[in-house]
Amino acid sequence: MPQIQELEGRFKVTEADRRVVAEFKKNPVGHHTPELQQVLNRFRGAPMADKYCLIIETPFKKWRLGQTTGDRAQPVKPLDKTFTSLEDAEWHVFKLRWKMHTGETLK
Amino acid sequence: MLKLTAYADKISVVPGEDISFMVNCEAGPKYKADLVRLRCGDENPEGPGFQETVVKSSASKTYKGRKQTIHAGSFACVASAPALEGLESFTLQAYIWPSTPTKGTQGIISYWREVPKKTGLALIITKRDGSLAVCLGDDEGKIEVINSGKPLVAREWYFVAVSYDAKTKEVKLYQEPLKSHGRTDDHAFVKKKSTLKSVGSHDCPLVFGAYFNEIDKGRVVCKGHFNGKIDRPRIANRVLNRAEMMEAAQGPIPSHLMADLVGVWDFSVGITTTTIHDIGPNRLHGRIVQMPARAMTGHNWDGSEMNWHHAPQLYGAIYFHDDDVIDAEWEVDFTFSVPKTLRSGLYAIRLRAGDTEDYVPFAVRPPRGKATAKAVFLLPSASYLAYANERMATDAPLAQLLTGKLSLLSAQNMYLDQHREYGASCYDVHSDGSGVCYSSRLRPVLNMRPKYSCWLGGKGSGLWQFNADTHIIDWLESTGTDYDVVSDEDLHHEGLSVIENHQVLITSTHPEYFSKEMLDALDAFKAKGGRLMYLGANGFYWRVAFHKSVPGCMEVRRNEGGIRAWEARTGEYYHSFTGEYGGLWRRNGRAPQTTAGTGFSAQGFDISSYYRQKPDAKNPRAAFIMKGIKPDELIGNFGLVGDGAAGLELDRADRLLGTPPNALVLASSENHTNIYLVVCEELLINYPGLGGQENELVRADIVFYELASGGAVFATSSIAWAGSLSHNKYKNNVARMTGNVLKRFIGPAPFS
Repeated sequence: MPQIQELEGRFKVTEADRRVVAEFKKNPVGHHTPELQQVLNRFRGAPMADKYCLIIETPFKKWRLGQTTGDRAQPVKPLDKTFTSLEDAEWHVFKLRWKMHTGETLK
Repeated sequence: MLKLTAYADKISVVPGEDISFMVNCEAGPKYKADLVRLRCGDENPEGPGFQETVVKSSASKTYKGRKQTIHAGSFACVASAPALEGLESFTLQAYIWPSTPTKGTQGIISYWREVPKKTGLALIITKRDGSLAVCLGDDEGKIEVINSGKPLVAREWYFVAVSYDAKTKEVKLYQEPLKSHGRTDDHAFVKKKSTLKSVGSHDCPLVFGAYFNEIDKGRVVCKGHFNGKIDRPRIANRVLNRAEMMEAAQGPIPSHLMADLVGVWDFSVGITTTTIHDIGPNRLHGRIVQMPARAMTGHNWDGSEMNWHHAPQLYGAIYFHDDDVIDAEWEVDFTFSVPKTLRSGLYAIRLRAGDTEDYVPFAVRPPRGKATAKAVFLLPSASYLAYANERMATDAPLAQLLTGKLSLLSAQNMYLDQHREYGASCYDVHSDGSGVCYSSRLRPVLNMRPKYSCWLGGKGSGLWQFNADTHIIDWLESTGTDYDVVSDEDLHHEGLSVIENHQVLITSTHPEYFSKEMLDALDAFKAKGGRLMYLGANGFYWRVAFHKSVPGCMEVRRNEGGIRAWEARTGEYYHSFTGEYGGLWRRNGRAPQTTAGTGFSAQGFDISSYYRQKPDAKNPRAAFIMKGIKPDELIGNFGLVGDGAAGLELDRADRLLGTPPNALVLASSENHTNIYLVVCEELLINYPGLGGQENELVRADIVFYELASGGAVFATSSIAWAGSLSHNKYKNNVARMTGNVLKRFIGPAPFS
């Protein structure tokens, strides 16, 4: 998994931001503290290449993890991971993104 | 993956009229069609569930399936003519503004035949190095490409030309940038002898912005689509020298060149039409295909004029895109004559084959000039067009920032992602990054479907536009209220007559796009005592224009202000279809507050919130609205769209923007997340604290006011409102409030 290279002089997500992890896990979508929101802005504002998304497999029941490509000639890539809860999907992707930004593996 | 996709030739139909359906079936040899009346398209198990009723009809049959394809990419073409077929020596010239010179072979001016043997002549951008080139083909299928060897710089104007002398075989190629940049070597003049014995003749069409490939079921199909602008293309029947080229380019055409010029196309003539005009002696007029953009600034535009009507000579360019699609031009699979007895409502043709299905929705109107109910629902077909086949979830990095969650991709999103030829929406950009300013319904519009859930539609049901609007239809059905359905296009083309016999007009959740004709009709309706129930938000926002000769084709120019998925280039703010100044109605003197009392104020797409009652809720004038609702009740702290009635896009009352002085603000929403942000037209100076937790402009106002005509207006100011109507089996304060208003608005007593 490639490590995200942030621009110098800009906000970087680091292990020091770990205090927002529990807040996200408890409530992935909705009201957030400014600290968590700043982390999520980095995560969710990523360019489209290899950006995580969810493909609806069974409406309101089952979703497959996917990645957009950022290239119109290359369609969305379905991945080998499915979810039956959107909260679980958000948490899974949060952990993937955390690893990309900080190098740390969350449990 | 979808295996059935279809569209109709109409968005609405009067009983007794025909409506035709074009179907692409890749699911097998047959498919079944049924007519259904739609009630609720939301499959959310937390809600009322999907509801449709099959209606017996002559359309309900099994049909033979076949694959139908779309050929994307715009161009202009001219039928072959003796003046072209007799060319031996020639000059081709134009001004061009290429936007993707390195993407591959692109035709600029091509008089070319591809099969059975390649022959003809074409001025192109070559795939070798993105430089200008001439491609020549003899009668034997042998072709020769001579290029300038100097790559064109994207988004710069060039004068380009090629001449060919049939006797000496001498080719001269001119690539002249109109603006020079330091250390940029893009100027070229190449003189070279062709190795071909001659240039072959044929009778295929002359094409601008691509090169001719074949005729497929009556459709001219091209290859090598050009991205960028072409201005003042000319063809001469001899070698012109540089000075003569300039004379031909600038006009008026001098008499000594009249006999030598085969075609002198002026794209600034007939901008509102689909015709391109040859102002030279041969009158080789042609047509545009798949609606490349007109009223585009030309090579000589200098900022001295913004309105193409005032200075058409500055607007001689057409902007071609390799992904323009306005008409799929599919063959008709079946035509259905709508029975005269079919009651007005929201219908669809449901298509099924194996485990795949598609729906093609349409409105059945009441008979012309009549109302068959006191209430009429205005199906926002203009807004559906603007969003038609929108691709932000797969294309736009900001999508997950707007929604504050992972994007959920439906089967339709996945299909559109793999089928770019289905065309984009006015929320997307073309492959070269320029904005999509035209949209059409003469192609499958896969997000205008029941059962479709949209990444933008908030947590929960995830509904946007068409499918969200079925929540209103569902609620109307639940109340037992009779209602008619008419579309925006009906209002645009037929005006007040479409709604004047109704007592109350009910809007959709998001009637964002309005033409002047539509707005005038709605204003007249109110002036005649009509009642308006605005059950949504961000309505009456963008000014749009419909093409006068191409049905179902709409234009929007995203000018200067407003929430914009792209920005119109400076100088291109006036609609090509009508010449009207585009952009926000707020910038056209009719802010949404003048139409419905409230106007767009903030947006966010994660979770919704609730409304808190305001002092005006106790005003006796509002008693009929608040009947049965306790003074301390929060309004709409529940719902299928983001768990609240106030969400997605929010409108507010503002006297300075036109909210009438007698308007009552009954309740306002609060406690929105910081994903919700103030709209950018409010930001004269940007500042911190624009989110829902801090900014008072992040709110939806429920507004009521009486009209001098005896009519009245009720505005809920939130897209999510309709998602709360069915809560607790339709027994809740959102449904109660809406029902109270409908009951009074339908009644005959005028408001004083």
